[in-house]
Amino acid sequence: MGIKSDIRLIDDNGLRIDGRLPNQLRPIKMEVGVLDRADGSAYIEWGGNKIMAAVYGPREAYPKHVQEAEKAIIRARYSMAPFSVDERKRPGPDRRAVELSKVISEALESVIFVEKYPRTSIDVYIEVLQADAGTRVAGITAASLALADAGIPMRDLIVGCAAGKIDGVVVLDLNKEEDNYGEADVPMAILPRTREIALLQMDGDMTYEELTGAIEMAMEAAQTIHKMQIEALKRKYVEVE
Amino acid sequence: MNEKRGVRKIVVPGELIKEMGKPGNGVFVENGKMYSAYLGVVEIRAGYVNVIPLSGCYVPKKGDKVIGKIIDIAPMNWVVDINAPYYAPLHVNDVPWHVDFGYTARYLSIGDVILAKVSNVNELGQVWITMKEQGLRKLEGGHIIQISPFKVPRVIGKGGSMIQMLKEYTGCRIYVGQNGMIWISGSPEGIITVIKAIRMIESEAHTYGLTDRIKAFLEEERGEEHGN
Repeated sequence: MGIKSDIRLIDDNGLRIDGRLPNQLRPIKMEVGVLDRADGSAYIEWGGNKIMAAVYGPREAYPKHVQEAEKAIIRARYSMAPFSVDERKRPGPDRRAVELSKVISEALESVIFVEKYPRTSIDVYIEVLQADAGTRVAGITAASLALADAGIPMRDLIVGCAAGKIDGVVVLDLNKEEDNYGEADVPMAILPRTREIALLQMDGDMTYEELTGAIEMAMEAAQTIHKMQIEALKRKYVEVE
Repeated sequence: MNEKRGVRKIVVPGELIKEMGKPGNGVFVENGKMYSAYLGVVEIRAGYVNVIPLSGCYVPKKGDKVIGKIIDIAPMNWVVDINAPYYAPLHVNDVPWHVDFGYTARYLSIGDVILAKVSNVNELGQVWITMKEQGLRKLEGGHIIQISPFKVPRVIGKGGSMIQMLKEYTGCRIYVGQNGMIWISGSPEGIITVIKAIRMIESEAHTYGLTDRIKAFLEEERGEEHGN
């Protein structure tokens, strides 16, 4: 974000560097139930992102002092593999991973019926195997599939989606180049049924009108992604036939 | 159960349920409309609309017979893993033997498997189990497998038809705990057949006409055993 350059992110025809229209998503592929040992799991390929999510629990929360007497705690861990980016990333949680883990936990907590399982923890592990901008939103999308697969009661399937601004144009779902050289990035987590927002961050700057436009664009995209999620979940069971 | 090999309607969390009826288990109401809370199948029973989850952990209910594994020993009780979110204590007063203080390990040690009953559950999710009832005992020998607790009713079948069929065809002794743990004892071939059949039930639990397919499978397996 904000690296000054003379790269043109939008060409004369109004197309982006990967040939997409401003309101077009990257290709998305989802699969549910990919891991045997976890209670629930999902794998997502979102453009160049490859992300695995696994859910364990609800299980008794340890250490005991983190337990909450009347609800379950959601512990999400976002982590990037050392080989997920161009230059090797030092393994282990850094400032960014800790922040994302926290905001993802809170976004997921808003959809789960946490009061059903007092004194327990639900652990969500989001592993980024390959990163190409928008990993947190793809991670949230995969995490919600994994939670549904684990049989955890939820109000809705939560959808992550990002919008942003490049070369003065509000666009949907930034890729790596657009993220690095663009002007703003707005990752969001959306509850598609009620159109509520569970997570909203912004990096860079936009006017009020641009931000409203970006949110509206992500809302529409969330409905599309939501349909893919439903399809992915049902596919696990209908294929058995 | 009809002849067709259809798939029951699958709903996802947050999906609107169009079926009419009173809200039952696995659904929630918002603005007068019913939505599913789980990834599961819709079922209407006695005027209530329920969503039966396709996966998930066991939630103990009072009176359930469960199979548990001893994971810890204390002077006055054992700690039993019944595959629920919480471990269940088994107090020395709740076993059919007279146990002196500190001698718990003489009767049940870590790793032993027991058939027990849930005697109480409170709103905090704490569970107590008991073995003081006819038929409840320590399970020795045999084989343990684990399935989703929501598929237990399918393994048992209508009025116990499925489990009865498995027992008849293989000659195995089978106990099915409500928590999804299944204990099987018998000849090695029988055990293998039962496990295969149960895995089949598990993966096809949401389809119709399952009993007939399992019956065909068991016939085939028995045929092989007799060298045909």
